Amino acid sequence: MESDKHYVLGVFNDEDVLLKAVSTVRQSGINIHEVYSPFPVHGLDEALGYRRTRLPIVAFMFGLLGTSLALTMQFSMLGLDWPMVIGGKDFVSIPPFIPVTFELTVLLAALGMVATFMVISDLKPYKEPRLFDIRITDDKHVMAIDLAKNPMAKQQITEVLSSAGAEEVNDKDFE
Amino acid sequence: MQVESSLREPLVTGGKTVHDVTADICRQVEGKPTKSWMLGMALSLGVLSVGAYAVFMLLWEGIGVWGLNKTVGWAWDITNFVWWVGIGHAGTLISAILLLFRQRWRMSINRAAEAMTIFAVICAACFPGLHMGRLWLGFYWALPLPNTFGSLWVNFNSPLLWDVFAISTYFTVSLVFWYIGLIPDFATIRDRATNKISKAVYGALSFGWDGAAKTWMRYEAVALILAGLATPLVLSVHTIVSFDFATSVIPGWHTTIFPPYFVAGAIFSGFAMVLTLMLVTRKLFKLEDYITIYHIELMNIVIIITGSIVGVAYITELFIAWYSGVPGEQYAFFNRALGPYWWSYAAMMTCNVISPQLFWFKKIRTSIVSTFVLSIVVNIGMWFERFVIIVTSLHRDYLPSSWAMFYPTKYDLGVYIFTFGLFFTLFLLFAKFFPVINMAEVKSIVKATSEKKNDKVYGLGSREKAMEVK
Repeated sequence: MESDKHYVLGVFNDEDVLLKAVSTVRQSGINIHEVYSPFPVHGLDEALGYRRTRLPIVAFMFGLLGTSLALTMQFSMLGLDWPMVIGGKDFVSIPPFIPVTFELTVLLAALGMVATFMVISDLKPYKEPRLFDIRITDDKHVMAIDLAKNPMAKQQITEVLSSAGAEEVNDKDFE
Repeated sequence: MQVESSLREPLVTGGKTVHDVTADICRQVEGKPTKSWMLGMALSLGVLSVGAYAVFMLLWEGIGVWGLNKTVGWAWDITNFVWWVGIGHAGTLISAILLLFRQRWRMSINRAAEAMTIFAVICAACFPGLHMGRLWLGFYWALPLPNTFGSLWVNFNSPLLWDVFAISTYFTVSLVFWYIGLIPDFATIRDRATNKISKAVYGALSFGWDGAAKTWMRYEAVALILAGLATPLVLSVHTIVSFDFATSVIPGWHTTIFPPYFVAGAIFSGFAMVLTLMLVTRKLFKLEDYITIYHIELMNIVIIITGSIVGVAYITELFIAWYSGVPGEQYAFFNRALGPYWWSYAAMMTCNVISPQLFWFKKIRTSIVSTFVLSIVVNIGMWFERFVIIVTSLHRDYLPSSWAMFYPTKYDLGVYIFTFGLFFTLFLLFAKFFPVINMAEVKSIVKATSEKKNDKVYGLGSREKAMEVK
């Protein structure tokens, strides 16, 4: 069977039932493709065994880039390119450079992190989403299980899902 | 699992389910514009076009059409700028600072408050832009771009330049924060859309969101870090705005109390504007179950706190002026309270110091009518605060021979009116075409803190019973 084509979907109504079901299903040896929710469910990423995201590190790196760019810009413009006495102070006087440095740090950290988030999550305008169930963005949580990646029979997977509290168990085939 | 005591007031009333949240919030996006919306839009566009005439005349004739003179070189333009920027602070406070403090009541008001922030910052930016006289040259006057004078760079020692960086960073980060929050909600509207146009538009806006757990995990990390970045940012913005005055040597401006005093005043006026807008939106869109009296009460409590901080700051300023023993400083404050602009000082004191204290009465802070009236009073007071600080400090400075009065012209008024038209036009467009409440976030608390949950877990009317026992 080709992978990424034939799925079994467990549809859940309640986030706490879903959280327990994720552990049950994983313990019974089933590989979960992904869980889709209308809102963030706390603890779901841990239940699914996802590694903590490294986006905070990305934000920090972009922030550092902002700090150094801002300081370099101000040093080179007012210190090297066109030194000018302003208010009788040194050409390069650090304290008045801090506000702009702070703002550029925040700006680059925010924009860099958000851009990274968009790229790694493949979020972009005009992208057609691959929807497993139209109700995911309304009120249902959907657990998708790729049949090709599980040696278990479909019948067995369906049983595990229903006993774990799934309200419906549906098939989904992509072309 | 989220647990919430049944003694706490539920944040979502009316027995709403998760699906109800979708249906209630999407209703006004999907439906035809209502009559009241059309009327509001017509009014805003009318105000905008009257204001646009004033802006056109200003650009055509130059800054001379304003009432400025050699002594008072800064008046309504900077007053309005600071006023609008201040209003813009509530959005980020609600979405960032309250997120860090895990205050769930922010969830049903953050979307509209952030929208208000963005529109208020646009209105604020109009004033320094227009004051340059030649708007189209603003870019290379304000930004460090190579130019043909050498290159002669911008002055990085000037608070006015810090303002450029602070306001543009604040605008960009607020916009990004707001949009990230909108993506899942746009996906909800996309999946409910029945006609081709809205499918295409909301499809493009929703960036192909599919609600995967991995994306939600990253989304939450991004939201938390943006909140962490936006919190010092919002404090820095009004601090830097206050530096415009505090770093000068004008009596009445040259005080170290300005940064905290300006930030508190900004939050104060911002919350008042959020209340003004939300009370109307709540009524027109029938959102009483999401923005409850409890939400209004909590916002009023923030107004009491920040209003009291502002009051203490006014009194501290007066005390320090006397205690410093500097005649110029003492005269500036004497002139503020008892000089020719005494009425603006009196308006500021009444509206900002006395009126918010009325919210100590529970009846007043839980009444919609009095909240609405007081929210407008607070913003009138905050406008006068900036007018008092700016004009009364300038009009009588160190040199008595150059003392003068400032009188606004119709163009001062017209440009102010222009920003009102712009603000309400943008807000009405937002209210019609965007989800005014963050659906995804509200859905995540329906189970933990709604009337439905209390009735299910503790029995019908459990909260009322528990309150009686207490």
